[in-house]
Amino acid sequence: MQLESMYQEIILDHYRNPHHKGLRDPFAAEVHHVNPTCGDEVTLRVALKEGADGEQVVEDISYDSLGCSISQASTSVMTDLVIGKPVGEAMKVGDAFLELMQSKGEAEPDEDVLEDAVAFAGVSKYPARIKCALLGWMAWKDATTQALAEGGTE
Amino acid sequence: MSAVTSPLDVETIRKDFPLLSRTVRNDKPLVYLDSGATSQKPTAVLDAEREFYERHNGAAHRGSHLLSEEGTEIYEGARAKVAAFIGADENELVWTKAATESVNLVAYALTGSVKAGDEILISELEHHANLVPWQQLAQRTGATLKWFKATPEGRLDFDPSLITERTKIVAVTGQSNVTGVITPLAEITRAAHEAGALVLADGAQLVPHHKVDVKALDVDFMVFSGHKMLGPLGLGALYGKYDKLDALPPFLSGGDMIEIVRMEGSTFQAPPMRFETGVPPAPQAAGLAAAIDYLDGLGMDNVAAHEEVLTARALEVLTGIKGVRILGPGTTENRGAAVAFEVDGIHPHDLSQVLDDQGIAIRVGHHCAWPLHRALGVQASNRATFYLYNTLEEVDVLGEGIRYAQKFFKV
Repeated sequence: MQLESMYQEIILDHYRNPHHKGLRDPFAAEVHHVNPTCGDEVTLRVALKEGADGEQVVEDISYDSLGCSISQASTSVMTDLVIGKPVGEAMKVGDAFLELMQSKGEAEPDEDVLEDAVAFAGVSKYPARIKCALLGWMAWKDATTQALAEGGTE
Repeated sequence: MSAVTSPLDVETIRKDFPLLSRTVRNDKPLVYLDSGATSQKPTAVLDAEREFYERHNGAAHRGSHLLSEEGTEIYEGARAKVAAFIGADENELVWTKAATESVNLVAYALTGSVKAGDEILISELEHHANLVPWQQLAQRTGATLKWFKATPEGRLDFDPSLITERTKIVAVTGQSNVTGVITPLAEITRAAHEAGALVLADGAQLVPHHKVDVKALDVDFMVFSGHKMLGPLGLGALYGKYDKLDALPPFLSGGDMIEIVRMEGSTFQAPPMRFETGVPPAPQAAGLAAAIDYLDGLGMDNVAAHEEVLTARALEVLTGIKGVRILGPGTTENRGAAVAFEVDGIHPHDLSQVLDDQGIAIRVGHHCAWPLHRALGVQASNRATFYLYNTLEEVDVLGEGIRYAQKFFKV
C-alpha cells in the first residue's frame, strides 16, 4: 500500500524524536522559511568552521520548526546527513535529495549518499508533499549560502 | 431551527455530476468534501459551455455578424440571470474573473477617494482575498486598517465602536470559509451606513449556499465567484449599487470599456461596462447561467436545508471522535457547511494524505485565512465543506477516515 511506503517507520521516528532540534549559538546565518500553502515554517541556523584543508565545514545546524511529519522528519534527517560534512560535499547530498524528490517515484536512491533520507522516496510520488520534504533542505541551503557570503562563523 | 431530513433527492442529483462517479486512489469512490475551494459541475453547465463554442462562438459586443450578436445575447442574458439570482438589477452586475478580482477592482478604484487618516475596516475572519487588497489600499493611501476580532468560537465579534466617522469602507465576509460562520451583514451594514461608510460583502462562500438578497442586506458591493456555485472557472461577479458603481473610476482599461478614444485621452462607458475590458468570457457566462438554472431548479432554501442536515451530522460525527476539536461553532446556528477541525497529534497534511488514500478529498492548511488561524490558536487545520451533492454517508466515511488515520499514526 502506498501510504506505508510514504510513512515509513523511520520517518515517523524522526518526526516523534527529531534530531538536533532547538536553536543554538553561535551561528553564522539564520533564515526563516515557510511553506505558504500550509503555513509550515522553520527557523534555521547554520554554524560553519574552517576545516583542515581550508574548506568550510558544517559545524552545526539548529532549528525550530512547526509542520507535518514529512517536513519535520526530513529536516531532522538532513541535519544528521549534513553536520560535520564539508560544505561542498553537503551541497552534493542536498542535490541528490532534490533529484530524488523530483523523480516521481522512479529513482533508485543511493543509500551510501542519502542514508536515512532514502526513506523519502515514496514522497516523490505526491507532488503536493515534495515541498514539505524540501522545506528544511532549502532553508539549510539558503542559510549556508548567506553564511559563506558573510565569510563563515565570526 | 434545524432541518431533520434533507429536501433534496441527492441520489438523482449526483447523476448530473459526471466527476462524482469517478474513482480515485486505490480505486476508491471519490468523496468530494472540498466544494468550498471549488464546486463540481453538472452536465447542464458543461453542455451550455460546449454549446456556445459549437454554435455561437463569436466575440460578444463586437461586430455585427450573427455569431457576435448571439454571443452578446447569451452573455448579457447570463448577466441578467445572475443579477436576478441575488436580487440585483442587471446594470449593477460587473463580470470579473472571480471574487478576488472583484475585491481588487473596488479596492483599486477607491484609491483616489481614500486619504491618510481615513480608516478601512475588515475582520480577522477574512480570506486573504478580502484582506490583502485592503492592506494594499491602506499602504497606497496612508489610511489605517482596522479589523473586527474573531471570537474564540470563530465568529465575527461585531464591535460597532470600531466604525467611526473616519471609516471609508467596511469589507467583511458573509460566511467564513473556515469556521462556516454567517456574519451579521445587515447589522454591520446599518451601522456602517449611519457613519457614512461603504460596505463590501465577500459572498464567495455565501451566495453558492443560501438565498441572498443584496437589496435586503443593503450592502453597497458584494463579490462572488461562479466556480464555487457549479459554474465554470474564470468568471466571477461584482455587484454594486448603481450609483456606487458609477462613482468609481475604471480599474482595468482597454477595449470595450471606452466611450470615445482619442490620442490625447479617452472617456468611459457607464457601469457595468466601464469595468469590463477585452473579449468577454461569454461561454463561461453561458455556463454560469446554466448553473443558476440548476440552483433555481432545486431552490436555494432547499440547498441550504440540505447543507444544514449534512453540517449537523458532521458536527455530531466529529465531536464523537476522541482527539478531534471543531474550529468554529458546535451547532448549525448561523453557520454554513464549512467545518474546520484539528486532530490531536496529526498534522493536517498528514491527515489529508491518509484520507486521500481512501478517496476522501478535504482541504488542509490555512485555507488562505492565516490571521484567522492565528486568532484560533492553530497553525493549520483540516476543513470539510459540503454542497448539494454530498450525502450523509460521505460524512460518515469522513469520520471513519479520521479514525483510521488515528490508528495509522498511533495517536
